[in-house]
Amino acid sequence: MKTDVIIIGGGLMGSSTALQLAMRGMHCTIVEKESPGRHASGVNAGGLRQLNRNPAEIPLTVEAAKMWRNIESLVDSDCDARFPGQLRVAENSDDLDLLEQRAALLHSLGYRHEEMIGRKELYQLAPALAPHCVGALICREDGYARPFHALTAFRHKARSLGVEYRVNTIVDGIEREAGNWRITTRKGEFQAPVLVNCAGGWAGQIAASLGEPVPLKPAAPMLMVTERLPHFIEPVIGSASRKLSFKQMQNGTLLVGGAHLASLDFHKEKSEIKWPKLAVSARSIMALFPQLKDVRIVRVWAGIEAFMPDNLPVICKSSTAEDAYHAFGFSAHGFQLSPLIGRILAELIVDGTSNFPIEPFNITRF
Amino acid sequence: MFKRLDESPPSTVTVVINGRSVVVPQGESVAAAVLAENIGHTRTTPVKQQPRAPFCMMGVCFDCLMVIDGIPNQQACMVQVRDGMRIERQHGSGV
Amino acid sequence: MKENYPLVIIGAGPAGLAAATVAADHGVEVALLDEQPAPGGQIFRGIEAAPDERADKLGPEYLRGEKLVSAFRNSSARYYPDTKVWSLSEQRDIGVIHQQQAHMISAEQVLIANGAFERPVPFPGWTLPGVMNAGAGQILFKGSGIVPADGVVLAGSGPLLLLLAWQYLRAGVRVKAVLDTISRGNYIKALPKLPSALLVHHHITQGLRYQQTLRLAGVELHNGIRDLQAHGAESLESISYRHKGSNHTLETDSLMIHFGIIPNIHLSQAAGCDHFWHKRQQCWRPELDEWGSSSVKGILIAGDGGGIGGARTAEHAGRIAAFRVLYNLGVMNQQEMHLEAKQDRKWMKADLRIRPFLEKLFRIPESMLRVPHDDTIVCRCEEVTAREIRAAIADGHSDSNQVKFYTRCGMGPCQGRQCSQAVAHIVADQTSIPLQQSTQFRIRPPLKPLTLGQLASLYPDETE
Repeated sequence: MKTDVIIIGGGLMGSSTALQLAMRGMHCTIVEKESPGRHASGVNAGGLRQLNRNPAEIPLTVEAAKMWRNIESLVDSDCDARFPGQLRVAENSDDLDLLEQRAALLHSLGYRHEEMIGRKELYQLAPALAPHCVGALICREDGYARPFHALTAFRHKARSLGVEYRVNTIVDGIEREAGNWRITTRKGEFQAPVLVNCAGGWAGQIAASLGEPVPLKPAAPMLMVTERLPHFIEPVIGSASRKLSFKQMQNGTLLVGGAHLASLDFHKEKSEIKWPKLAVSARSIMALFPQLKDVRIVRVWAGIEAFMPDNLPVICKSSTAEDAYHAFGFSAHGFQLSPLIGRILAELIVDGTSNFPIEPFNITRF
Repeated sequence: MFKRLDESPPSTVTVVINGRSVVVPQGESVAAAVLAENIGHTRTTPVKQQPRAPFCMMGVCFDCLMVIDGIPNQQACMVQVRDGMRIERQHGSGV
Repeated sequence: MKENYPLVIIGAGPAGLAAATVAADHGVEVALLDEQPAPGGQIFRGIEAAPDERADKLGPEYLRGEKLVSAFRNSSARYYPDTKVWSLSEQRDIGVIHQQQAHMISAEQVLIANGAFERPVPFPGWTLPGVMNAGAGQILFKGSGIVPADGVVLAGSGPLLLLLAWQYLRAGVRVKAVLDTISRGNYIKALPKLPSALLVHHHITQGLRYQQTLRLAGVELHNGIRDLQAHGAESLESISYRHKGSNHTLETDSLMIHFGIIPNIHLSQAAGCDHFWHKRQQCWRPELDEWGSSSVKGILIAGDGGGIGGARTAEHAGRIAAFRVLYNLGVMNQQEMHLEAKQDRKWMKADLRIRPFLEKLFRIPESMLRVPHDDTIVCRCEEVTAREIRAAIADGHSDSNQVKFYTRCGMGPCQGRQCSQAVAHIVADQTSIPLQQSTQFRIRPPLKPLTLGQLASLYPDETE
């Protein structure tokens, strides 16, 4: 079948791109190897975080934050987004120094969305926190949403504008022929002048087949969720010196991440939980919230995400193939950026250039 | 409603169920003890506040969650009674 | 608790007890882990502590457990009661909570013998207090001598309904009715299997005796009932059902339901063992060879957890698996293993002759399994209705795991144990993808509640 744009990967990046292209009048077909949101887009922690981003990502994350504030106007759903702020807590003076340096860096770049708060305000915002903390870096506009609901909203909106999803459709071959991309799958052949690679953990394979291999490493960060608890904390809690992200979700469950990785058999798509690392996470929680000692863990899981060596994504036009584009490698922090990534790719495809500074994300940097 | 069979009395312990002292056989599960007391529902659900009571008695269904000695979300069918134990109906997520 | 054992057995029912006894008697250091405070499993629950008068009311099959338990007690097997297994890996690392302490142990051989649980079949009102599994009623009876006060109704399908009604009668409990979904069609399909079943006639004669006793006592026995519903505001007040084309209502405050049992496969799924949909037993079960070896090296499964065969078969299967373990550990050679297992194989084969008949007779109507009433709660934990599940499927969330993601069905504390079957049936029905090709909920550890404090106590030397 023929279409204007073929997008490989039906997760948030692919769906967001399809939506933006459809809004600009193009017909898109998404080819998804399983079901949308099977991996990173469905199983991530849902953080809407500007806090502590790499300076290269700041212009993007600031714009994405604006889009999330108004997400309903884009996808007809609020995606269950909340904005109670995100904190990086300092537990001692070393932590405090680290956070103050970060705040200074951000201010020197002309941004004000991250700021230091003292002990008093910290305990006003998070009274449940253990009493030894000394301050925090905060982004008051930050928050979280429910990933699978967000993905569903993007997908619905995209479909309503004519985007086609071909699920359980594995790409076998990619060829360029007379100004057209020809994608062969076991469920038929697709042709379009433009190709977009949003294949997440599998994007490295697609890039390689376009002649530009990348050092993408698929990995499976672990998350755990507890039973429901009465609401006791509003902001998302991180730490200056611990691998920890901790939040109480809308329904009362606690969601704990920290970027500790499960062991992954990528070809079998099977991850195995590494309990030693989760024990470290649990100890971090005990340090910050000792009152949660008897709270039961209901579920632990790890979904496959694409990591780049510098933890920055690839967002660009292909350097080797004509009319091919990439958006992948978000290294476990792409959720917040996703509404904007669609816009950037649509700009690249339709206008030939983006209004956003995406040079740091070029595939040629490797 | 449940009743206890008229059996030769085993050794007993005293527990407090929803504030009331009750003498129950040693070694039985909290769920059995509260069912024999016919206290009605043992929890309300967190989503729709519906009444529930023990359902599977073997640790599978998690419908018998109660507050035991102040700790919510305990599987009453998997915990044995102890002398002096405080057993309370659980409201929602354990407030 | 040690860090490593040659053999760890999970579950102290007939399979686990028999296997542990055999292995220990051959000099193998075996640890038997069980959730309950005393051995016997659900079938022989409370067998050591039950007063004689209670044990007598429960009948001769129950008393068989005494021998099994005492042989185990006399063996050198290490017994860990009140011990929950919260994870099992392909490498046979076993996460355990013993006396409130979390441990991670390992074993050269693991035998999963954690049995079955009652098939959850959602119907309107099944979440009301006063509605309970018949097996749960039996646990109350066996373990505590607690019985319905008056006028209990038993409904669903399976031999347990008759047995429990019979046991209640012996205890002087008034049984209002026993309502079974068995249809005439089931009878006709079961009939050709009857001759083989009669070779193990004790099962059949028992069933007939129960029926006769119940009839003589004036208990209403109806087959072919449909559309069972439970009604009440705060708790059960009445039930209704259809029988022979008309609607019936019975007032009762106690309904015991039973729709057969299904293997408890969370552990074998977590360990990565292969499973398949067993059409006749209407459930998933692990792929096992004739010794109970699963597709994962060093992990064996015996008893109802490997497919429903009943208590006697479980005992034989436990011993057969133990002989295989002894061979795997180098305690026995192949010839000895075959020789030792011969007798159990013979008895097990004989005992299993009843199964095809029971499976046909007590087959649960598909129309019930796919939860016909939209308002019925399917996920008891997250309170998700059949309507919400169907809506999610219609919206393109076309497999069980997507339904779970989208509706939270299966994300509560029971981890989908009560809803995974119903969701699979609804998905199969809506998508026309047969059950055997469908995906099940992915298993997420911990399989049993593990607290943050317990997890934090593990691996004290590990750092970021």
